[in-house]
Amino acid sequence: MTYLSLIVLIPMAAVVESSVSEGLGQFWDSATQPQAIAALKLTLIASLIVTAINAVAGTIIAWVLVRDDFPGKRIVNSLIDLPFALPTVVAGLTLIALYGDDSPFGINAAFTVFGVGLALLFVTLPFVIRAVQPVLLELDREMEEAAASLGARSTTIFRRIVLPNLAPAILAGVALAFARAIGEFGSLVLISGNVPFETEVASVFIFGQIESGTETGAAAVSVVLLAIALIVLFVIGLVARRVTRHAR
Amino acid sequence: MDGIKVEGTTKRFGDFVALDDVSIEVPEGSLTALLGPSGSGKSTLLRLIAGLETPDSGRVMLEGNDVSSVTVQDRGVGFVFQHYAAFKHMTVRDNIAFALKIRKAPRDVIKQRVKELMKLVQLQGMAHRYPSQLSGGQRQRMALARALAVEPKVLLLDEPFGALDATVRKDLRRWLRRLHDEVHVTTIFVTHDQEEAMDIAQQIVVMNKGRVEQTGSPTDLYEHPSSEFVMSFVGEANRLGEAFVRPHDLDLSLQPNDGAERARIERVTHLGFEVRVELAMPDDGRMWAQVTRAEAGELKLEEGQAVYVRPNRQKTFNGDEPKTEEMRAA
Amino acid sequence: MLAKYGLRVFALGYLGLLLFIPVAMMFYRVFQEGIGNAWASITSPEGVHAFWLTIEVVAIAVPLNTIFGVVCAVVLVRQRFWGRGLINSVIDLPFAISPVVIGLSLVLVYGIHGWFGGALNDAGIQIIFSTPGIVLATIFVSLPFVVREVVPVLQEIGDEQEQAARTLGASAWQTFWRVTLPAIRWGVVYGVVLATARALGEFGAVSVVAGRISGKTETLPLFVQKEFETFDVAGAYAAAVLLALIALATLFAMSRLNRRQEEN
Repeated sequence: MTYLSLIVLIPMAAVVESSVSEGLGQFWDSATQPQAIAALKLTLIASLIVTAINAVAGTIIAWVLVRDDFPGKRIVNSLIDLPFALPTVVAGLTLIALYGDDSPFGINAAFTVFGVGLALLFVTLPFVIRAVQPVLLELDREMEEAAASLGARSTTIFRRIVLPNLAPAILAGVALAFARAIGEFGSLVLISGNVPFETEVASVFIFGQIESGTETGAAAVSVVLLAIALIVLFVIGLVARRVTRHAR
Repeated sequence: MDGIKVEGTTKRFGDFVALDDVSIEVPEGSLTALLGPSGSGKSTLLRLIAGLETPDSGRVMLEGNDVSSVTVQDRGVGFVFQHYAAFKHMTVRDNIAFALKIRKAPRDVIKQRVKELMKLVQLQGMAHRYPSQLSGGQRQRMALARALAVEPKVLLLDEPFGALDATVRKDLRRWLRRLHDEVHVTTIFVTHDQEEAMDIAQQIVVMNKGRVEQTGSPTDLYEHPSSEFVMSFVGEANRLGEAFVRPHDLDLSLQPNDGAERARIERVTHLGFEVRVELAMPDDGRMWAQVTRAEAGELKLEEGQAVYVRPNRQKTFNGDEPKTEEMRAA
Repeated sequence: MLAKYGLRVFALGYLGLLLFIPVAMMFYRVFQEGIGNAWASITSPEGVHAFWLTIEVVAIAVPLNTIFGVVCAVVLVRQRFWGRGLINSVIDLPFAISPVVIGLSLVLVYGIHGWFGGALNDAGIQIIFSTPGIVLATIFVSLPFVVREVVPVLQEIGDEQEQAARTLGASAWQTFWRVTLPAIRWGVVYGVVLATARALGEFGAVSVVAGRISGKTETLPLFVQKEFETFDVAGAYAAAVLLALIALATLFAMSRLNRRQEEN
């Protein structure tokens, strides 16, 4: 307990305390300054879009990994965890290698929101895949055969039988991915260029505030970021509970 | 020819030969059992007919049409699985209505049909429950209703009662027979339980190691088995040297007899209407005889007693034709 | 079936463009910039210092978190007490909070103007802008891994073996050492691997806390950033590749362990 407190609880409390240490008025001012709002907006929208993309792509990839077979599948499966294992700043660098200045594809995503999107896609890639895979493995194939015997085509089977049973897992992955995305820092630092009002995300903004000594301002925006995260996660949780009403 | 015809089908899974040049004919409107031990190929054959598997060679005919290249969706078969394959995220009503829903039938038609079917399978009042809230027997009845929803030409059941308790199993199979009498759809069910097949099937196809051993009515198979395997698998059989004898074809007497062997009674079990007498033969072989209560009483059979055993009917399977020998009673 | 190939192509294409090719490209860059340059940057005094600092921090943080993790898991699973759900949520906090915010929180508490900072400063202990701060930040972010890997294993094996041990006369410590620990060892190892990977790569929280004083409080990830920003691209890629190789080794270890777990 003491360990936990020293490391986690007290520091977190400090953030909250600091954010309001100069009064609620100051809190409001810090949190609503234009640059902060721009950063929060970019963070929220980018995270939502990226999470949605990886929800779809992740489900497809999980499907291919579970139901399909091809040489090298084992290796591909292990590499999916690379974004988990790789330091975030290295993740940013790998994307710059391919999509930055010197890109062999001729695409330069550095200093653009696309760079931000790319980095977020990279770091949130494994979440939905790893959440869906085990559920897909356990899925009763006979349900799909039964549906086929009743006349359902493959797309119908996927839509009416497979997807409803995967939904809770997908949502769980989405929640984790979103939480990761809105807080992401290291991979964005290099590729996004951190241009205020354009490619600066909330975490980078907060960092800037700390560096320039406005710790209360940083704390205020941190609290807002946390609140946004909690609200979105809460909503996802609600949706998940509705979907699994019947589950046993 | 109407009904179902399978011609010369072979199916391999890797090195394992599940079906080896198998052909069967199922008359329209009949109730046929595919009977055999595990690995005999009976489930594979059923799935072949359904279109859930494709044969490596041979073909499947439904009502005179070659459906070998027709997908399972289009064959118009109803399939019931051993473990129900219930759509666990849908209510009972939605499960049963599924086939109709995906064919975009009008709402009131669906409603009416589901009501009829639920009455047919005696699940009224369960419409809004989920499969996890039903018992095994109820789930299977739901699966049956679901399969019957679009009036399939053929009903296929894969060990439908295998996952159920013994009493439920018996009730449900009789109920299936009565249903078939009412609805008259060509039905094939797979089972490893010969009692089940004998109880309700009109025709039984006995399979072993990917081949058909014999096809016939329950009586045919019992009275005139074509091989050792069929004789031992359908009904009980004792081995007497090279011959096979049914337990109720063994005569017991307290006096020595022409052709009778002396044996010692090891155990007498009273199973209600019949009495099972386990015998130790002089050559260390074991047999068991089935006698009526009356006979057991008359002979005052007990453990340790010496009796004289003689078959009054036996079969041998050497050579091409099975031979039946009947001995006159003493 | 066409759909099958279509899905496969999409999946592999997506993964290729997002994951495989960029990583391969990065390795290629090192060669492009010249291995000589790369080597020189890594073996520069700052590079070497960054490397050893990172190792040192990980060597402290991970064992501490392992002990905490195992103890916490045992307490969570085997004992009932009020507030269990709360502790669970607290343990998951490091996943939900941005690393920068984590760094900020530590500065607010242990920095000079922080809650404890004043007292610590008087005692001559400096946390922020120095190694202890980095250690603290690393512990924070890698906290949950061992716990989360051990808890399901503990739940699955049940406490019957432990009960049996106690009926045979084993003390609590003996039971733990001889029965519980061996049973959960693969969960622990897996958690340690994950925690180590996380600890090695931590960037955001350490950025805030360390002050990035080159040659003093610059870990390897921070070194990568500095090199890139000072246009020593070769050095940046070299250090990045080094970290990536360690990450790949981690993946390798993870998949071997997964296979072991399946066999068990």
